[in-house]
Amino acid sequence: MNAPANLSPSLTANPLLSDWIRFTDDEAVEALTGKSELGQGISTALTLVVARGLGLNPAQVRMVAPTTVISPDEGFTAGSLSVQHSGSALAQVCDRVRELFLTEARQHMGSDQVQLVNGEFTDGARTLTYWDMALNVDLDVATADLTGGVTPASETTDLPRIDLADKILGRPRYLQDLRFPSQSFGRVIRPPFRGATIDQVDVAITSAHLGVQSVVIDGSFAGVVADSEIHAIEAAEILAQAITWTGTSDALSHADLVEFVVTAPTVDAPLMEKATTDNATAENSDHTLSARYSRPFIAHGSIGTSTAIAQWRGDELTVWSHTQGVYPLRTDLARALNHDIESITVHHVEGAGCYGHNPADDAAYDAVLLARSVPGSPVLVSWTREDELGWGPFGPAMVVDLAASFTADGKITSWDWNGYGNGHSSRPSTLSSPSLLAFGDQADGIPIPPSNDPPLVTGGGTARNGRPLYDIETITGSIHRLDVMPIRASALRSLGAHLNVFALESHIDDIAHQLDVDPLTYRLSQLSDPRGIAVLEKVAVMSDWGNRLSGESAGRGLGFARYKNSGAWCAVVADITAEETVRVDRLWIAVDVGAVITRDGVLNQIEGGAIQSVSWTLKEEVRFADGRVTSSDWETYPIIRFSEVPHIQIEIIDHPDQPSLGSGECSMGPTAAALGNALFDAIGVRVRNLPLSPANIVTAMDE
Amino acid sequence: MGNVEQTYSVLVNETSCEVTCDPETPLLWVLRDSLGLIGTRFGCGAGTCGACTVHLDGIPVHSCDTPMWSVGTKRVTTIEGMSLGDEPHPVQKELIDCQAGQCGYCLSGIIMRAAPLVDAARAGGAMLDRESVCTALDGNLCRCGVHNRIIDAVVKASNP
Repeated sequence: MNAPANLSPSLTANPLLSDWIRFTDDEAVEALTGKSELGQGISTALTLVVARGLGLNPAQVRMVAPTTVISPDEGFTAGSLSVQHSGSALAQVCDRVRELFLTEARQHMGSDQVQLVNGEFTDGARTLTYWDMALNVDLDVATADLTGGVTPASETTDLPRIDLADKILGRPRYLQDLRFPSQSFGRVIRPPFRGATIDQVDVAITSAHLGVQSVVIDGSFAGVVADSEIHAIEAAEILAQAITWTGTSDALSHADLVEFVVTAPTVDAPLMEKATTDNATAENSDHTLSARYSRPFIAHGSIGTSTAIAQWRGDELTVWSHTQGVYPLRTDLARALNHDIESITVHHVEGAGCYGHNPADDAAYDAVLLARSVPGSPVLVSWTREDELGWGPFGPAMVVDLAASFTADGKITSWDWNGYGNGHSSRPSTLSSPSLLAFGDQADGIPIPPSNDPPLVTGGGTARNGRPLYDIETITGSIHRLDVMPIRASALRSLGAHLNVFALESHIDDIAHQLDVDPLTYRLSQLSDPRGIAVLEKVAVMSDWGNRLSGESAGRGLGFARYKNSGAWCAVVADITAEETVRVDRLWIAVDVGAVITRDGVLNQIEGGAIQSVSWTLKEEVRFADGRVTSSDWETYPIIRFSEVPHIQIEIIDHPDQPSLGSGECSMGPTAAALGNALFDAIGVRVRNLPLSPANIVTAMDE
Repeated sequence: MGNVEQTYSVLVNETSCEVTCDPETPLLWVLRDSLGLIGTRFGCGAGTCGACTVHLDGIPVHSCDTPMWSVGTKRVTTIEGMSLGDEPHPVQKELIDCQAGQCGYCLSGIIMRAAPLVDAARAGGAMLDRESVCTALDGNLCRCGVHNRIIDAVVKASNP
């Protein structure tokens, strides 16, 4: 990352060098970050940034998991921004730290010839280490002037994931594995449907079960604490039988979703702060194309369930969580408990894979409520699979209406986008009241308010990638964010970009088809962005685009986007076979993520994103009726299996002189689009409602 | 649940252990909770994701829906038992070598599912192919999308 860099926003909030870097007595460097290891390998990437910046061996760098005790506050680990924000902050900080130590070494040795070689400062005869001088160099200095270029002290090398061997060898590493002396275990009972409240409960029968330490009933929140996990699970089954529920539920069903999303009350906002208009020539256009696209709610579906540990010691509360943001979680815990925020500590501990705002924070609040009943004991709470798939926040259902006008020679003169759906964030600390599930169930709690969208300036939510990157004279549009939330919605990897890129690239393909132009040729003719052109040309070469094989049910499709219109560029070609179901045979992916930090990490993220997108796009749909999610196990909510995974080839266009861009989310939208376009190529029918399931394909054929 | 607890003597990773629990208690929780063998993962509790896979007499089973009463005298092997004597199983070595993981949560179950297949292939001198690995692992879910790396690692591990 030797790019000309502006000051990382993380440095504005955490300006001291010592907020980020500490030299410890055991001759290690502690590197601090607010970004959580979610399985994406960020702790490895940041280790490498620090090692390069200080010219040290990665083994000398110890990443400190985010904690409200000492870590910089960097908000959430989200939006493919960890490398952009935390990585650039650490690179800038290390650049300055190295300079300060070099100056000190030169003064100490009285020589301008001192250089940093193999992690030591030397004038050829004498050497000094960082640790020799650590007491003399003041790192409690601000970084405000760190806007210049960053020159790493050593070159890029790939680093194996620092956490992976433990996970493969079955060593304790996850929050689920964390054990303390006198630990207790808790489980929570969720209502049978949204809107249900507890009518009657027989606490005594649960309390009498072996090992039960407490039963907590607060409004419609119900849980147990026991001396072992086995006893907690047993007691939870007894408690579930001991409660009778009452109330009425919302009648909405997944079958009525599109109609609901376009008719529910909304808060509206323009697609862009300022409309792009240069001499609208829509009236001179020869063709128009309008269509509606949709996707259902999509579940996070982590293979592990959400877990947390909480411990109360007097008024002091400590929480261990796999949250995406230790500080925002702390804020909502303080709000929900009406408790002094300084008396609350949140530590991040790795959990199972995280792809957005999953129930990690909810589990933390569950643990807090249960732990309050057994003062002093750390209480570990894990969710069931049914609750994980039924009660966590979902990636919002969306509807997108597109209307384009274009001339006979392919020039797109106008593009109108209207996006409908729940906002893509109900993350902790961002709403008017806490967004912790149990808070809505407590006697004096408040139901979770409708979700919101991140601001357009940081990529938006519903509108993320709503604006095409192609050369279009006039772009207009409105965001129609739902002001009601019958099904809980929040951030899922790539937010609105999944459907928006699917929709816009389907639309572009349809225009090319109407004009009888090859889809790749057409895109290249309407794009001036050079790095966009480069990934398209690269993927065309990789897939031998012009030389495609087409069998009877075979199809090939292309999808392209620049994530958030400000992040990584990605182009995908998909080969599929459409028989009873759609099978993806092969994907070719070309990406430009700026300067690559860990090549293997980028490849892993791009491929993982593409496979997850194949799963969402072909198979996934949250089903619900009468206030109850009915797709709450792996049979009713199937995800992609080993036998369904395509061969994937990825090429990275490296730009060592450009800023690094996140790689976690950029392949989601283009993959979805490539599948839809390949399906059209195979069967000649445009399927606009996701997933591309047999049912939705048949419906599209009948239209 | 709610039956009288019973005491069982089980052989886990070649060590004899005594546990007291309800006969219906799934083996998974006995391993994690009573014996502290936390490398076996809870994923679904219904035998549908494979995260909790262990071996009974060398055969992969879902420990989350294997009640304790059914274990009897069968030898239990968990992920902790795959690297006895400090030498990881070839599947583990190749997974590390191929960096075949993101969150890693599904991997101990996948290792337990793949290991007998790999052992048999190595003993028989015939490498596994992609298709047979996919078939064997089809009951194991991975959400991060690391399937191809895992397949490659298992195929490589089967090379005698």
